Amino acid sequence: MADIIHIIQTKYYYLVVIFLMMIGLYATISSRNLIKKVIGINIFQISVFLFYIAMSKVKHGTAPILWDKSHVYDNPLPHVLILTAIVVSVSTTAVALALIINIHKEYGTIEEDMILEKQKLDIDRSNTA
Amino acid sequence: MIDILLLLIIVACAIFALFMKDLLSATIILGVYSFIMATIFTRLNAVDVAFTEASVGAGITSVLMIAALSRTKRYEYHYTKGQRKKPSALFSKIMSLVLVIVTGAVLVYGTLDMPEFGDPEAPTNQHVSPRYIEETHHDTGINNMVTAVLASYRGYDTLGETTVIFTAGTAVILLLRRKKKV
Repeated sequence: MADIIHIIQTKYYYLVVIFLMMIGLYATISSRNLIKKVIGINIFQISVFLFYIAMSKVKHGTAPILWDKSHVYDNPLPHVLILTAIVVSVSTTAVALALIINIHKEYGTIEEDMILEKQKLDIDRSNTA
Repeated sequence: MIDILLLLIIVACAIFALFMKDLLSATIILGVYSFIMATIFTRLNAVDVAFTEASVGAGITSVLMIAALSRTKRYEYHYTKGQRKKPSALFSKIMSLVLVIVTGAVLVYGTLDMPEFGDPEAPTNQHVSPRYIEETHHDTGINNMVTAVLASYRGYDTLGETTVIFTAGTAVILLLRRKKKV
């Protein structure tokens, strides 16, 4: 029991990240709505950013900007990686949303089930014709 | 204390975004989620990341989402009780829940080995970055280490990032242009 409390006290950031990741993954897998899936992917991605930033924190460290009064700085490298990752995540979201708009134009819906049904109907129609 | 409060708020935001049937509300809650995440980044001293997350993550993503919603549908389709209780629908829900819980358990098992939060001896803080911290001012003359690493030491990363944005922009333009009627 004492072990568990120690783990929660020292690693609570990581545990929250894992919980957020689980929520994002669940939203991505189980929801039938395509935009809901994109929202799930976003929740997932942002939780991973928090994971990296939490790793870069050093006890008593200041922000990684040179300062006379500071002896310990936080690790700047994960910050740089995550800066790149944020922009990349926005690009993937943009492409996903563009694809969804095209799907809506073609099928008139953004629900996975209905898209599959319509595809089946199209195949049947082409077979009988 | 405030850290724990912020973490609780962010978990609540994620859960609300998951259960919202109105997609516009879900988008707004996603924006709130991003913005609180930016606050947490500030608490963790990642100021540059917090700026970017607040402007690009919370701002542009929300705008893109709302633009996409205006071209599609605002509300999620409301399944009737009969459709929701269908064995196939129920089975897929339960299977995804099982998969998510197994993934979470494996990840928690993985974190047991990780160094404690804020540990200066952690492997992440041992290699490469001490050199950046010590040499930045001498090498580049920039006081902000994040900027120095981003634009100078790891300039090629930024070039790759720009390539990704360019590719994404081209893809969006090609997908959304008006086709001429034949």
